[in-house]
Amino acid sequence: MNKGGLLALVLAIATVGLVVVGTVWPNQSAAANPDAGARLASGSSSPQDAVNTLLQQIGRRDWSAAYSGLANKADFSEAEFASDLTGNYGSLRTYALLDGFDVHPLRASTDEAQFRANLRWASVVGTFDDPRDLRVVRKGDHWQVAWPLMKEARVPPQVIPVNYLRWDVINRGPQDDWGTQDVEAPHVRIVAMHPVDRGGGVVILGELLNEDVVPAFVTVKAALLGANGATLATEDSFDKISHLLLPKQVSPFRIDFRNVRLSQVDSVHIQPSSSLVSASADPVIGIESQKLNPVPDASLTGELLNQSGQVVNVAHVIGTFYDGNGQIVWVADSYPSRALLPQTPVPFAIALPADVSSKVASYHVMTTTYRSGHAQ
Amino acid sequence: MKRWATALCGLLSLLAPYGLAQPSAWRFPPTVQAGTAFSVQTSGSGPATLYVVGTGDALQRSVQLGQSIAFSSEDLRNAGHYVALLVAGTETQSAQFDVVASTQPAGLSFIAKPSRLPVNQVNGLSGVVYVLDAFRNLLVQPQRVTFELSDPSGGTQSRVATTRNGVAWVKMNSATKAGSSQFRASSGDIRVQRAVLNVPGEPCTVKMNSHGAGQRIVLETDPLRDCNGNAVPDGTIVTFTEVYGGQQTTVDVPLKRGVARTELLARSRAVISVASGVVMGNEIRVSGGQ
Repeated sequence: MNKGGLLALVLAIATVGLVVVGTVWPNQSAAANPDAGARLASGSSSPQDAVNTLLQQIGRRDWSAAYSGLANKADFSEAEFASDLTGNYGSLRTYALLDGFDVHPLRASTDEAQFRANLRWASVVGTFDDPRDLRVVRKGDHWQVAWPLMKEARVPPQVIPVNYLRWDVINRGPQDDWGTQDVEAPHVRIVAMHPVDRGGGVVILGELLNEDVVPAFVTVKAALLGANGATLATEDSFDKISHLLLPKQVSPFRIDFRNVRLSQVDSVHIQPSSSLVSASADPVIGIESQKLNPVPDASLTGELLNQSGQVVNVAHVIGTFYDGNGQIVWVADSYPSRALLPQTPVPFAIALPADVSSKVASYHVMTTTYRSGHAQ
Repeated sequence: MKRWATALCGLLSLLAPYGLAQPSAWRFPPTVQAGTAFSVQTSGSGPATLYVVGTGDALQRSVQLGQSIAFSSEDLRNAGHYVALLVAGTETQSAQFDVVASTQPAGLSFIAKPSRLPVNQVNGLSGVVYVLDAFRNLLVQPQRVTFELSDPSGGTQSRVATTRNGVAWVKMNSATKAGSSQFRASSGDIRVQRAVLNVPGEPCTVKMNSHGAGQRIVLETDPLRDCNGNAVPDGTIVTFTEVYGGQQTTVDVPLKRGVARTELLARSRAVISVASGVVMGNEIRVSGGQ
């Protein structure tokens, strides 16, 4: 046998060996991808296997299989289990898909183990985390997960009186003469603006006030101008703003410019724009128990309390963070994954960069709410 | 249509020198008032075609040379520069003339801006008038225009302006009392009116009161008024903030029936403040959970 034939034989033996090894001892990190599950879902001979199997079934939305394997399925129905994961009332969670998960063991004994699973859900506004502490118990020769069901609060039957207030707009028609008066666009004003150099780019932070007596749909565009007056970049605030401002309401805004350094910028041109829209003054959302949490999990947490009688499908929480001099140092946002039921607190968390967290002396939080067919 | 007419006008203007090279046997008046009837005498004999092209009008007509061509009051209504061509066989005669606006105002285009503004704004309201004749042509001769602004309390501001190149404009102060103002512009017996809404300004002060309701504290503002005594309109956002033990609770509440009202948990040693827009209000300190 010559050298080439020997090399081919060695490679063939190595390939067969690796295939056997990969089949018998699969890489557990693959479990982080819920779609990779079909192959690995069969076993629950260890606590880790039981957790991985369950999460893969959840990733495939195979509620029946996932529910049937739970240790505590007598405590709730399959529908309640599915609803816990997929949400209801048209919340953000109802449109989300499991994108992946991480599992970390907390403790283990011969009959019981505990894991922390972080489920990452992908939604239209980005991913959100859903951490759960899972208890795994031995049942004979296999292991089963006891699912920590988060039962949604039931709103008791009641009547909540609301003095409904809304604005409707009738604009000028095409048949009207030139010069005929149209309804005036709302007057809005930038009340704060602060550019910062961050992460290899420029971030424009600011606040916008609706100083009119009518609701305004607002946007903010910014252009960075160089020393020769040339435009370096143009961006808008996209979703880092509350686009609907009621009279005398203030919204923060954040505009991110990538690949531009603050040292290149000679001036910033900010263009707020507003238009008159039909809107409602309700629902009123209380933002309770707001609290800054220090590093390593720097964040602002709190609870949203829907004070009205309407279900809010999706809420958007925007935080403005100030230093000791009252200057804006950061604007960040988050979307709670669950719907806001009347009089029912829903937790939220806005993540803060660690370096910003140490500068924050005060903050202001506002919400924008979306209901099926409405935005507020 | 206008674009075609303009292109045709330009083309005919280029051709005009060739036409002018022919002995001209017809005489157009150099200026014609819009909407007036007139006639032009031609010479020669036989059939011909008349073309008249201007910025807003274009017409074609079969005529007999040697007879006068009559234009009715409906034919030329848009002011501007016109070219007329008379084509008979291979011969073309041309003429150029202007149609001017009539001297009598017949309409006003009145732009009042803004249509909604806070009370007590000096020169906050502008009125611009374009004086037009019966055919919507701009009258460029100076015209006197009177502007009158009647405020909700019954007072009236008046200004007189003279048009320059057909336009007159003024600046007026908004009323001190909230409500609708009538903004009128008149020239001769032509009168146009616009409605202007004077809205309250920033709240002068924001004052809240509280009373306990079990574990909760009920907060309600006094009716909000601006510094001229006008009631701040419903829907205006009032922000209540409760700060306690390193945490805070905020609620943005719209004014309804003049007041903002909400309920917060009564937490021991909490400080509750209120604000609307950039105006800060009073503070309430909660002691012992009450």
